[in-house]
Amino acid sequence: MKGLRLVLAFAAALVATSAFAHKASDSYLTLDIREERLSGRWDIALRDADLALDLDADGDGAITWGELRLRERDLAAWALARLKVRAGGEPCTLGVARLATDTHSDGAYAVLELDGTCERVATALGVDYGLLFDLDPQHRGLVRVVSPTSETSVVLSAGERSATIAATGNPLAQAATYLREGVLHIWSGFDHVLFLVSLLLPAVLVRRRDAWAPIDGFGPAFIDVAKIVTAFTVAHSITLTLAALDIVALPSRLVESAIALSVVLAALNNLFPVVKHGRWMAAFAFGLVHGFGFAGALADLGLPRGALALSLASFNVGVEAGQLAIVAVFLPIAFALRATLAYRRYALGAGSLAIAAIAAVWLAERALAL
Amino acid sequence: MFFPLAGAVLLVGTLVAAPVLAAPAIPWSDDVVLERLPESRDPSIATLKKMRSLVRAAPQDLRVATLYARRAVDASRATGDPRYLGQAQAALQPWWSADDPPSPALLLRATIKQSLHDFDGALADLDRLLARAPDDAQARLTRATVRSVVGRADEARADCDRLERAVPALVGAACRASADASTWRALDAALAADTTSPAGIRTWALTIAGEMAARRGDAVGADARFREALALDPNDAYLAGAYADFLIDAGRHAEAARLLDNRTRHDALLLRLVIAERQLPERRERYEADRAELAARFDATRRRGDSVHRREEARYALEVEDDPARALTLARANFAMQKEPADARLLADAARAAGARP
Repeated sequence: MKGLRLVLAFAAALVATSAFAHKASDSYLTLDIREERLSGRWDIALRDADLALDLDADGDGAITWGELRLRERDLAAWALARLKVRAGGEPCTLGVARLATDTHSDGAYAVLELDGTCERVATALGVDYGLLFDLDPQHRGLVRVVSPTSETSVVLSAGERSATIAATGNPLAQAATYLREGVLHIWSGFDHVLFLVSLLLPAVLVRRRDAWAPIDGFGPAFIDVAKIVTAFTVAHSITLTLAALDIVALPSRLVESAIALSVVLAALNNLFPVVKHGRWMAAFAFGLVHGFGFAGALADLGLPRGALALSLASFNVGVEAGQLAIVAVFLPIAFALRATLAYRRYALGAGSLAIAAIAAVWLAERALAL
Repeated sequence: MFFPLAGAVLLVGTLVAAPVLAAPAIPWSDDVVLERLPESRDPSIATLKKMRSLVRAAPQDLRVATLYARRAVDASRATGDPRYLGQAQAALQPWWSADDPPSPALLLRATIKQSLHDFDGALADLDRLLARAPDDAQARLTRATVRSVVGRADEARADCDRLERAVPALVGAACRASADASTWRALDAALAADTTSPAGIRTWALTIAGEMAARRGDAVGADARFREALALDPNDAYLAGAYADFLIDAGRHAEAARLLDNRTRHDALLLRLVIAERQLPERRERYEADRAELAARFDATRRRGDSVHRREEARYALEVEDDPARALTLARANFAMQKEPADARLLADAARAAGARP
């Protein structure tokens, strides 16, 4: 008997040299903070929840979805009592919006989809985590805090149950995020691109005796483009700022419809020129409308109050950079092809017609809310 | 003109979107089984679960707590599941941070600590326990093992010498051989003379003898010892890993893969399976799947900040990923903690592959 006890100790000692079959107990908590709105998900291993709550109601050694659902309230109450989230020193409320399941490398997990609010907007979240430590001190909470400009991960353990986790990137990372969003917005917003292209198509041509002719030198073409782009930029910067700061607010349906209309008009002007010299003035007038559109995209992204000016400026610079990239690709090609019949007939003619047609469809969709 | 632009937008879009977690699912029926609990496979785990209510009812009862913790440690060893170690620790909570807990709690605390690779903590507890009770054979045997693991061979040998009078000859010989490989003849002699030891002790001694035979190049002797041990206990995970290492070294990859085919729940055994499968063209698909599974497990362990897998990760980097630089970094970190022959060899192999000093 003594030998048997001995060998148990010995064999246990050998565990030191052989790795484990599973990982130890972890939960995965993601908190997504946007202004006061807190959301997220909390993945808790069913085996761990069973340790605390005895989920296996019929005692058959298996946990079914029905058994888990039956204990949804208990599970939520048990878990949420062991998690405190604070913003700016004030506690945030947190509730379970939905129960679901997922699988990790060591088995099935209950997923608590979280929803809540914080009283204050803060640049960091305080998290007090106390799940399971009384039942398994080797448990860890893998906490990830996500904001529009940052993503920070922290591992909490029985010895370190609290952390203040950044909910905003450093100014540089934040600026980079808004810059990138600005670029992405102009590239993926085809209405802005088509408007710009419509204005630029005739820039390598001149109007002579009611017909288009190639422009003589690169200089005049460049100046024309520069005037258009600058006017567009100045105009939309003005309205973007006004709208982002809540000084002027327009209904988005009106703004989106007006943007579509601006594209139709700009394209039609290439086919039936009304504004012949000074297209930059048209660029300015319609640029005011497009600025409100950019503001809508920025509102979806959310502006951090602590770094409002920086974020707004970065987004705007991103929009300009994206726009200049389009011009940099467009202008040399257009200039090289300007003397060809194809450019005048297909690029300018058919191209403008196509743009006008697409934008007319947008206009109908947006104005009539189809 | 528009198409390349659209392509660029698409590309940037995919770079920006980086999903970390899969979308959670709502099962289609209440009858869907989400998880089969370990007790459904193992009656001893079911007993352990029942005992938990006793601990909860009397958390300060040392006898109940140590009984439960001992069973939980055994469960962790048998299944390779570290969750039971945490549960054992929880049962010992009233004594876990105490300076001078009762001896049964102290011994279990040391056992749990060394299983979690807290070797210094384990040795401190064992020193305290042996100062209190120098004739506690279990404590001395455990300390000898931990001292061997951390490379304190002389001290380990001293513990084995002291133990000799209190334990069967085979245990003494195995203890000494773990600390000092030059005594392998004495271990072989003890194995040949032994007729009465329980299967567990004999398996353990045979495993040590097999590893030593393999290290000195006696392939026939190693094979025979491993096979005899496997016949005694086909479920011993440490033994399966040791035999698999021997087979892989001998180029017998197909045999190693067959040995480990159904042992993939164990990370260390899955690693050896992946190493063997890499050399077997007929297992190409299985290899890819097993390798992905292993990488996911390493990733999950890394994310929680654990270092218990360093030895396995170093081998994975060296023998599966062909990344000797990373392997060397990991092997060095591992060797700083544990210094068994396998750790030394891993470090040397990684250094040679990286063209660096160990």
